[in-house]
Amino acid sequence: MVGARFTRKPHRSEGRPLTPSLSYLDLIGFGDGGWGPRFVQGTILTIEISLAGYAVGIAFGLLGVWAKLSNRVAARIAGQLYTTLVRAVPELLLIILLYYTGTAAIANLLARIGVAGQINVNAFAAAVVTLGFVQGAYLTEVFRGAIMAVPRGVAEAGRALALRPALRFRLLIMPLALRHALPGMSNLWLSILKDSSLISVVGFSELLFTGKTAAGATKHYFFFFMFTAAVFLVLTAISNIGLGWLQRTADRGQARA
Amino acid sequence: MSFDYLVTLLPRMLQGTLTTLYLLFAAFLLGNVLAVLTALARISSRRALQWPSWAYIQVIRGTPLLVQIYLFYYGLGSVLAHMPAVRFSIVWPLLRDGFWYAVVALGISTGAYSGEILRGALAAVPRGEVEAARALGLRPRHITWLILIPRAIQSCLPALGGETILLLKSTALASTVTVLDMMGQANFARAQSLRVYEPLLLAALIYILLTIGITRLFALAEARVNRSAGRMVYARTRD
Repeated sequence: MVGARFTRKPHRSEGRPLTPSLSYLDLIGFGDGGWGPRFVQGTILTIEISLAGYAVGIAFGLLGVWAKLSNRVAARIAGQLYTTLVRAVPELLLIILLYYTGTAAIANLLARIGVAGQINVNAFAAAVVTLGFVQGAYLTEVFRGAIMAVPRGVAEAGRALALRPALRFRLLIMPLALRHALPGMSNLWLSILKDSSLISVVGFSELLFTGKTAAGATKHYFFFFMFTAAVFLVLTAISNIGLGWLQRTADRGQARA
Repeated sequence: MSFDYLVTLLPRMLQGTLTTLYLLFAAFLLGNVLAVLTALARISSRRALQWPSWAYIQVIRGTPLLVQIYLFYYGLGSVLAHMPAVRFSIVWPLLRDGFWYAVVALGISTGAYSGEILRGALAAVPRGEVEAARALGLRPRHITWLILIPRAIQSCLPALGGETILLLKSTALASTVTVLDMMGQANFARAQSLRVYEPLLLAALIYILLTIGITRLFALAEARVNRSAGRMVYARTRD
């Protein structure tokens, strides 16, 4: 087969216009020039940073509410400062501030400890901690309100049973407070899901960043931002269904108002 | 942290503060007009009004504000740029500026959130007051604008104050579409000087001061409104 070398099959891109005009369905599809895979990846990342950020936020929130309801004045002041300052400053500013200083600080710390020279602070971790820190201030207030809504007698009963503070919180107060905290926590879940899009500003390739990249590359700005909004809408709608079910489950056995 | 550098930042930051206040004021006006209309549409008995207002609130509250701002600035902006009638009109310089896109997006967003607050407040206006107005022979239109809406705004003033603080914080997002508001100026200074703390912390401080200012303003408004409400209660208990 001597001539085989010269009769090669034309590549599939040959003979096509340089910028093929794709239909909108192709643009978000999974074929050639389709942004489907990138969007799936971005959506997954958005869900991941939201979930992880929410978990970190709950940790900060518990810490915050512990400080705010503490007997120690210093802890109360610290808790008060945390919730007041974080809630008075735009999330975008906090995210940029924490992201740049946070990554620098972590890199610095790692370098001090002596971990290998070239360290790249994980963008995912920075995004999660940043979102969680902001979310924690709001969760603190939700938790505080929920704990205050538990009748005093419950804590006193726990004390009468000689339960230690930690056990008293875990066994008596938390289960009762959880039902009161649920509406606020639901709202904050929806809010972190949406606020996670702010991370795109520092170049983290979640859903909105993907949409922006796609829009810039194809010049279909309106279409891609509409599509991004639609994906977010689906995410919040699904969340709403889940949260509604959770609330109904938590309210079982309660008298309807 | 260098104090000298902070001083050189001040003029730029004050200019940014002014832009932030313009943004806040314009979006506040647009948003609250929209909120009243949306709340009225939501409690209307007409299906043709109920549905669109419900959808408006769901869509706006279900998507990130940043996406909405991008949709207006990049999306709508690029569509408008391709329309010769708009591209070569006198209003084009206005439409090229990120400021107005940000105002519209912020106004539409806060309109949905405040609209939902107002709807709850409208539903909570005591029926007796509406019936009294009807007994006095007021027309439905007058009942709405003279009784329902003032009473609703009065009762949800604290929530609207909270919403206004959220709006102030949201104006920072305008910096992502080239508006040099406080956040934009701070971010610009950060990128230019490679100093992270000074510009951003200064901006944070000004935001906190503005938040305190808004809280004070709403507390004043509340006190004023409750003073007259107190008189009303007093009159009611006397007879």
